[in-house]
Amino acid sequence: MSEANTLTRDSVPNLLPGVMMKHDEIRERTVLLAPERTLALDGTGIAIIEAIDGKSTVSEIVHELAKKYDAEVQTIGNDVVAFLRDLINRGYVGFTDGG
Amino acid sequence: MADEKERLQEIAPPPMAMLAEVTHRCPLACPYCSNPLELKAAAQELSTEEWADAFRQAAELGVLHLHLSGGEPASRRDIVELVSAAQEADLYTNLITSGIGINEKRLDAMVDAGLKHIQLSIQGVDEETADLVGGYKGGYKRKLQLAEWIGARGIPLTVNAVCHRTNMASIPEMIELALTLGAGRLEIATVQFHGWAIENRSQLMPTREQVEATTQLVEDERKRLEGKLVIDYVPADYYATYPKACLGGWGRIGINVDPTGRVLPCHAAESIPSLEFENIREKNLHDIWYHSSSFNAFRGTDWMQEPCRSCDRRLVDFGGCRCQAMAIAGDANAADPACHKSPLKDKMVEMANTAANSGDKIEFVYRGR
Repeated sequence: MSEANTLTRDSVPNLLPGVMMKHDEIRERTVLLAPERTLALDGTGIAIIEAIDGKSTVSEIVHELAKKYDAEVQTIGNDVVAFLRDLINRGYVGFTDGG
Repeated sequence: MADEKERLQEIAPPPMAMLAEVTHRCPLACPYCSNPLELKAAAQELSTEEWADAFRQAAELGVLHLHLSGGEPASRRDIVELVSAAQEADLYTNLITSGIGINEKRLDAMVDAGLKHIQLSIQGVDEETADLVGGYKGGYKRKLQLAEWIGARGIPLTVNAVCHRTNMASIPEMIELALTLGAGRLEIATVQFHGWAIENRSQLMPTREQVEATTQLVEDERKRLEGKLVIDYVPADYYATYPKACLGGWGRIGINVDPTGRVLPCHAAESIPSLEFENIREKNLHDIWYHSSSFNAFRGTDWMQEPCRSCDRRLVDFGGCRCQAMAIAGDANAADPACHKSPLKDKMVEMANTAANSGDKIEFVYRGR
């Protein structure tokens, strides 16, 4: 079983070393930069990345975003977990188990 | 006009990456070195200021990733200043190194200057093999030492491994070595037959069985190590059905600058004799990217011949590798002979088979020796 599948609501995600957000002025978009990788972020992606502080759990991030965007925790929760799992597989994000 | 602008955007989007070959000098002598056979001398190299200007121009053009490469980039005395200049230009800077010539102090200086990522080449999974391939005694030990220092500083590390017939069986050990060294990424690239590798084709060419086994192995290992190690893999294409989308399309993603400031669409582009290259000492990068004959030579689809021109995949693989077409078909506008639709596919497979089955005696022609 791969590690990415063990991300839970109690996990604490962090940006891996060398991963950073940058505004790409030429292409008028925000990107996430990592070794040999570039990922264009949409508004949701930016909000999730900004909420990753290396202390908050997935659950806390979800609640924060739900409050900020006045959206349902359930819906946002699924989006956040899917997004983070994808970023873990692609080498942008790591996590530690909280709780 | 709007259509024309859109078309241009499509065939010539702003570049994402610059490969700066800051020097051809290197303590190693790998028999598959991608540098050209005629290496540039130190006296011809761009100065610190000229490189700094190139980095600024690159950033203004849209480049996000800068790869400081060579030769061995640390052979430049001003490597720390080059990293600083790249940081000032707001580029995400990666050092592609053999590890030779970097002590702890120099590593710290580069990290302080803004270096984001290091790619360390490893030529074999044990000291004897690695030093034999690299042609540099004691190199392996220094590489392991550097990896340890990089790990201690929390800098992302990629292990670069070129694979070929003599080492393909040890890829599982290479994966373990990358994990042991704390790499987050492993790049396994099958040797490409340009430059020095052509001289050593008969010793480097993998067999069809090796290629198939490696492709399967990488697929399995990616799954096993998901979230732990990213494996980027450049497979051999001689026995494949489709060619590689070389560079993601000519003049679409990357810019290569050689030690003397010549700007190339690809590090092997010099092997195409009809192309003339501009120099950043004489022209600005924006003009070169958008208007030079070399960058425009294989953009879009107008240059294509059949079977590419009418192929459904013409915008998927862009006709494959232009340099391989040149080398094997003798025509840079031809379909890459790796493609099953190429009339030269059989010839290419036969050539690969002959080279792959030419015995196990190792007598490398070393780069520059």
